[in-house]
Amino acid sequence: MNANAVELTPIKITNEVVPMKMFGIDSRFIAPILITLILLGGQLSFGILESYPQTLTAIGVSILFEIVLSKLTSGKFPHLASAYISGISVGILVRSPDIYWTFAVCAAISITSKYVLRIKDRHIWNPSNFGICAMLFLAPSAVASLSIQWGNNLYAMMVVWLLGSVIVYRLKRFHITFTYIAAFLFFSFVRSVWTGDPYLAEIAPITGAMYQLFIFFMITDPKTTVRSSKRAQVVVVIIIAFVEMILRLFENVHAPYYALFIVGPVANLIDIWWISRKKSLEAATAQ
Amino acid sequence: MKRFTKIFIILLFAALLATPLIIQRWNQPENKTVDTETAIKRYGFYFEEVAKKSGVDFTHTAPTLDSKLDNIMPQIASMGAGVSVVDFDKDGWNDFYLTNSGENSLNALYRNNGDGSFSDVAQDLGIADVNKRDSGVSMGAVWGDFDNDGFDDLLVYKWGKTELFKNNQGKNFTKVENTDFPVWANINSGIWFDFDRDGLLDIFLGGYFPENLNLWQLETTRIMPESFEYAKNGGRKYLFRNLGDGKFEEVSKQMGIDTNRWALAVGAADLTGNGFPDLFIANDYGISEMFFNDEGKRFIDVSEKSGIGFSPKSGMNASFGDILNDGRLGIYESNISEEGILLQGNNLWMPRPDTNGADMKFDNLASNFGVDMGGWSWGAQFGDLNNDGNLDIFLTNGYVSADKSANYWYDFAKVTVGNNTIIGDAANWAAMNGRSLSGYQQKKVWLSDGAGRFNEIAQIVGVNETFDGRAVAFVDLWNRGVLDVIVANQKAPVLIYKNTVAPENKWISFDLEGSISNKSAIGTQVRVLWENKQQLQEIHGGSGFAAQNQRRLHFGLGKADKLEKVEIRWASGKIQVIENAELNKIHKIKENG
Repeated sequence: MNANAVELTPIKITNEVVPMKMFGIDSRFIAPILITLILLGGQLSFGILESYPQTLTAIGVSILFEIVLSKLTSGKFPHLASAYISGISVGILVRSPDIYWTFAVCAAISITSKYVLRIKDRHIWNPSNFGICAMLFLAPSAVASLSIQWGNNLYAMMVVWLLGSVIVYRLKRFHITFTYIAAFLFFSFVRSVWTGDPYLAEIAPITGAMYQLFIFFMITDPKTTVRSSKRAQVVVVIIIAFVEMILRLFENVHAPYYALFIVGPVANLIDIWWISRKKSLEAATAQ
Repeated sequence: MKRFTKIFIILLFAALLATPLIIQRWNQPENKTVDTETAIKRYGFYFEEVAKKSGVDFTHTAPTLDSKLDNIMPQIASMGAGVSVVDFDKDGWNDFYLTNSGENSLNALYRNNGDGSFSDVAQDLGIADVNKRDSGVSMGAVWGDFDNDGFDDLLVYKWGKTELFKNNQGKNFTKVENTDFPVWANINSGIWFDFDRDGLLDIFLGGYFPENLNLWQLETTRIMPESFEYAKNGGRKYLFRNLGDGKFEEVSKQMGIDTNRWALAVGAADLTGNGFPDLFIANDYGISEMFFNDEGKRFIDVSEKSGIGFSPKSGMNASFGDILNDGRLGIYESNISEEGILLQGNNLWMPRPDTNGADMKFDNLASNFGVDMGGWSWGAQFGDLNNDGNLDIFLTNGYVSADKSANYWYDFAKVTVGNNTIIGDAANWAAMNGRSLSGYQQKKVWLSDGAGRFNEIAQIVGVNETFDGRAVAFVDLWNRGVLDVIVANQKAPVLIYKNTVAPENKWISFDLEGSISNKSAIGTQVRVLWENKQQLQEIHGGSGFAAQNQRRLHFGLGKADKLEKVEIRWASGKIQVIENAELNKIHKIKENG
């Protein structure tokens, strides 16, 4: 899940991100509230976390880095919702039994990436996606990603799906989630035909907890999804699902993370260029 | 942003990215093969694999189950290699029994000839030919003297009909009929223990697949766990109370044990100190379970209360050891770890210092002690391998070693996160097609420093074989005052690691025989006190995975030149104290009647 999913913007050609209200609450609080509910529900009912202290370590380090780096770069005290979400995402998605440094380092990398990997005042990687991919790549002996279910029946999963859908719908990001699911199901069929493996085996991952966090929080991140148009967002998410399919055909276990890691920044760079070009053209026309 | 600030943040980012690489390099165990002399000088012991040299030529075979499971047959038919140590003929030399699992394959009983060699006498004695399509195949075996005639009897648990063989004075065996054992059950764990302390050994059997499944004749492919973490659709558990007339009564539900998790290992030990053995069950596809024994009247499920019943993993081992020499037993439970994919980490359940009795709680300190990452771990045992006075761990591992260049992990990980409608049906699992799944893994020998850290040195001390290990048993095969190791491997040869230990370290061993207690003395605890240290050990009627160590209790003592005392708390509860016990000697002690 993503560090900046809180700061929402209607689709328009702009680099500005305008907070909005939802259910009478500042929308920046909606995602933290939702993910906290998911975390607590998952932990109390199914014990999904490695441990509370590890998750708290990730949250604490995220917040600490956000405050320090924001103060250093802008002199301002930051809104902490974004760091909180990054931390909690790392706390849920990283699996590293009884080791604390992995949670701390992953959270620190996630937050720092926002301040380093920037183009035209936009960070181009989803922070927690970057942090998790970095750890999976650099520390495979100490880190895996969440590979667990919400219990052994459909009910818990349906609750998460329903709640997540309502939230992303109200946040005007449902088209992204919906497109990804549709694309995943289609590409699963292609993989099934290609490999000869059962279709149900191919769609199995999307019924797991990791994907629910991925599709509701990570790929819908307003700051690291393209801003040009809804259509562009739909196209990008289809490309992410396609790249994931390719990676899966090469039996890559972390295909969704790596697909977003590859496609996300490329799409953002094109988006930045496109917006900049359009602004230039508009300015030229105005003159 | 100022330039200096920018540079600082970039450098910080680079340092953060470098951190995982540095920490991993730092934690890399030193594991170069060295010569015997160097290993002994450095670590105090060295192993030499001597199975064939000693006349032990036994290769486990797996069963061929219903063809509906062909796509994942290597995964399903992946257990059954077991080893249990016994001195069946009471000649003072440890023998051992090996289980096989192919249809019509033979189990083996290797008699210790006392001259360094072994001979398989199972067929002659009538306990070899037990693996049949109609009555099931062996998954393990344990020894215990159920009729207190002084000779340990043999219990073979199976995917099929569990069988009990009475030992006729070490001369031959007679199958015990009408035991009330289930007609068919898919048992993967079994132990002898005297849960009600009546002097008669009882039996616990843990089911894995549900008992209504005959894996050779399936009506459906919906036989898999309903979840990788929360499955409760496994086999039932059985608790057989020994009635003393050669009969057993099934009392599990009556005694408070009613669980259908997928049990792979069980161990019994008096963890609460009330003199009655408690039960620890290591479950696959879920949390583990702990049952405290309420003075033989009932078992109380304290899985959550004791701190054990959280964080679902893939439990495959249950062994007990007093790792910190503080007189309290910890539990080692193996799980699955595969780099970058699934890092469950093994569990080392240590008793929380400020808790005791029925309020006893445990914390998983495997990572703190450095014994968490063992690959796809199976059987493990505690024992003092270099006689330095601290308990070490030998862990075997590896699931399916097939094509080295093809890996099934991607497909495995894909399905195991799926909902129960998907994971529960074997037909939904992608075909393995000869691929390996955590195969060819390096075994682990963790040497304790006595202060809560373990150092992994398997290759340095001569453990290099990478078969798919299942069961580990510790035994002094040549009566030398050292612990040798037997490893039973799935679809592979059995291995015997003969231990050479630095002679300067002292030791003491105890061969115990009960009188009021069961004759096998299972459940008896021995506490050795020396140089302001103490170590507690207990005789188990089965521990680890599909294994049973020697009944003889072996204590390494380091450089000690004398003991303070030895306290024996017999299974009956009687206490016996021995002063001035001679070191470097096997003591034969009989319970005072």
